[in-house]
Amino acid sequence: MSEQVLKISQFNVDFWVDGVWYPAVIDMNLELNAGKVTAIVGESGSGKSTTALGLMSLLASNARVSGSVKVKDEEMLNAKALTLRHFRGKEVAYIFQEPMTALNPVYTIGFQIIETLRNHFDMGPTQAHARALELLKMVDIPDPEKSINKYPHQLSGGQRQRAMIAQALACDPGLLVADEPTTALDVTVQAEILDLMRGLKDKLNSAILLITHDMGVVADMADEILVMKDGITVEHGTADQIFNNPQHPYTQELLGAVPKLGSTVKRALPYKESAKPEPVLKLTDVTIEYPKRGRIPAFVAVKNFNLEIYPGEIVGLVGESGSGKTTVGRASIGLLPVKSGSIEIIGQEIAGANQKLLSSIRRHTGIVFQDPASSLNPRLPIGESIGEPIFLAKIAKGAELELMIEDLLDQVELPRSYRNRYPHELSGGQRQRVGIARALALTPDLLIADEPTSALDVSVQARFLDLLTELQEKLKFACLFISHDLAVVDILAHRIAVMQNGLLVEEGDRDAILLHPKNDYTRRLISAVPVPDPAEQRIRREARLALKK
Amino acid sequence: MFKKKVNSTSAPQDGGENAIFNKETQGLSQGQIVLRRFVRHRGAMTSLFVILGMMLFVFTALDQKFGSLKIPGWWHYTTEDLPDLRSIGCKEGLVGCPTLSIKPTFLGGTGVHLGEHPFGQDDIGRDYFALVMRGAQRSMMVMFVIGAIGGAIGTVVGAISGFSRGWIDAILMRLTDFIITIPVIIIGSVVGYHFGNLGVGFLAIYLGLFSWTGLSRLVRGEFLTLREREFVDAARVAGASNRRIIFKHILPNAVGVIIVSVTLLMSGAILLETALSYLGFGVVAPDVSLGLLISNYQDSFTTRPWLFWYPGLFIITIALSINFIGDGLRDAFDPRQRRRITKKDRQSAKAVTRTGVQK
Repeated sequence: MSEQVLKISQFNVDFWVDGVWYPAVIDMNLELNAGKVTAIVGESGSGKSTTALGLMSLLASNARVSGSVKVKDEEMLNAKALTLRHFRGKEVAYIFQEPMTALNPVYTIGFQIIETLRNHFDMGPTQAHARALELLKMVDIPDPEKSINKYPHQLSGGQRQRAMIAQALACDPGLLVADEPTTALDVTVQAEILDLMRGLKDKLNSAILLITHDMGVVADMADEILVMKDGITVEHGTADQIFNNPQHPYTQELLGAVPKLGSTVKRALPYKESAKPEPVLKLTDVTIEYPKRGRIPAFVAVKNFNLEIYPGEIVGLVGESGSGKTTVGRASIGLLPVKSGSIEIIGQEIAGANQKLLSSIRRHTGIVFQDPASSLNPRLPIGESIGEPIFLAKIAKGAELELMIEDLLDQVELPRSYRNRYPHELSGGQRQRVGIARALALTPDLLIADEPTSALDVSVQARFLDLLTELQEKLKFACLFISHDLAVVDILAHRIAVMQNGLLVEEGDRDAILLHPKNDYTRRLISAVPVPDPAEQRIRREARLALKK
Repeated sequence: MFKKKVNSTSAPQDGGENAIFNKETQGLSQGQIVLRRFVRHRGAMTSLFVILGMMLFVFTALDQKFGSLKIPGWWHYTTEDLPDLRSIGCKEGLVGCPTLSIKPTFLGGTGVHLGEHPFGQDDIGRDYFALVMRGAQRSMMVMFVIGAIGGAIGTVVGAISGFSRGWIDAILMRLTDFIITIPVIIIGSVVGYHFGNLGVGFLAIYLGLFSWTGLSRLVRGEFLTLREREFVDAARVAGASNRRIIFKHILPNAVGVIIVSVTLLMSGAILLETALSYLGFGVVAPDVSLGLLISNYQDSFTTRPWLFWYPGLFIITIALSINFIGDGLRDAFDPRQRRRITKKDRQSAKAVTRTGVQK
């Protein structure tokens, strides 16, 4: 029988806001044994991360914690600062979501690992250095002798996450708390990091408390699952129980909302293959370069790119971060200059077009941005944001404009009273709807959607995708849907284009790409997507490992 | 058009990342949130009342002339009156001592009263209260003019160079650097030496022309970050012109930085004017300013210290209040600033939870 590492009972966290305690975690119970993985899943605001930080009293001063948290039979809540310091890092280590902010940018990763080691052990500098090197080797950082002297910004996202894992593992902790460890990473890197964590867990016999919203990651890793909603644990069981026989309606809803690769029926192309209509967007041999700035040399983001989008179809553009997808999207509506090649929107050339022509072409286009927090002006009520394109195109103003804004709000299923609200009062999903309403204000022929769902929770994402499909069927606009998530593209797209390092590697019918990919990269991309089903995921994982060998 | 709403409309349902923290800001516009935070800042609110009260007090004390219109003040002396130097009640050998008394009779004093010359009299018998009032008026005027001119130039220069980048930015910022390298006090002395007789208005204007540099840097930085935000792209796609993007979309988002640094600029301005007048290059006689009063009577510090105290007291009060207000504004505009909770808050809040917020 393995040793019990963590025992949480009757755990409560409240936050003080304006004279009232708001509960963030309510009556949580959890036990975790060495060598096991328990996942806490839930949507944002459900109290997952609060739990993780609350375990070791890392919460802000306006939080109140009660109940009991025992790590190796030692009470952690209200423990002395000295005890806590002894346990933090040594017995309980953390892996955070964003390694760029979790690592100190002014110290080398080696220094940061050595610091952890020398804090907890009586160790000389040479000895600590050797141990740090050993740790970096363990997490498969390329060229550890050199990497140990590198600063966080010199490493890639995946390498940074590895460095942070090395730091977390420095003292062989009994419990590893991983708070969304792979959310900021690409799927292929995510798969590698998860493999690494699984391997290390078996090797070191640590327990892992995994916090994530990604059901695929959970299926890949977890032995036990705890589902949280609004601070309450709604369901707790083994992975098989939760995935195959969910009891609570919320768990069922959550699982239902997760998009699965290849689960939707094929959407028929809105035109005949033989008689293609005039394309709405036509990119021919497009090369886009970010010009030289100071000592930073010019960078070619997109090279010889060809793509056509026909009226009424959705084309999914997928690729990992840095592959140039967003650049293509922005250039398509003239937000970025093109170095060579041609971009035509409804037959009009926009590469090198002047401001006047551009603004007249832009009336036929709309764009939904990735980050709903930054894409709306925080000082404008959303009604004004939505109405701005109409107002500036001088189509309507005053009372007539108000009516059109109400119409648009109805279309995206937001209450009309929201017209007078400010962006900060809306949730992420609602803001993204406002983004759509604004993009559709001029009933465009072409809509560019740049990762519109990457900042949203799964259930919100599902609702958002439904809405987008519905609107597209009604209004028949052509859409370039940019995403890193194959499963999302799978639901929406008629056709899919895959990008890697600025090049178009494969393009074709949805089924052709997803079921019979010809390109190696596409194949790797598809196999790296975790599937929210533990049994199937195990098979896929083994298949992927075989592919790698 | 779009006006503030009532709080009663239903709250956004599906909670965002900070659902709990958003409870504090639900149903409020940005302006309302800032105002709320500002009102909560005790130091800033007290300072605001002090400065407003002081302005009312100072500007109504003496006669004001606007062209042919003359508004009589409530104080019975002007700066030109020359009453006899008073020696009754003063210590031996002193004349023109203050008659102000704030020690009540039951504590052994002479009771609370202003007397004939509450702040005393100067060398030739002019009423020092009237002089200090005039000086404070001048100093406050200089402060507001410098704030307005420096604020306007700084905002425009910073906005243009931050928004357009490239060579326009380079030229404007090198110009800013150039002006920063010349100490304002030297510019002030040189210009004041040649044109000092043109009056306090002129002084304020040319000091304003040299005090916008810090602000323009800040505004430029703010514009550089804001112009990369996606809502600027969104506005551009919607067909907004550069002018509209600057004034409608970016500037309102930078207003926090501008207000805060203009306030701090103003508190610096009052000290600058004082320093220049003290050196003899600012406000010149027969006009009066607080700095000039101190400079004139610095020799009397040991014998007749009140000639030093009262102008000094006013300078400190004004500069401190403005600084506090600036501090309060900075806290109010900073979204990361959260209210610290005290032990008392913790205890009083518990009761609320028990009575039914928790399910």
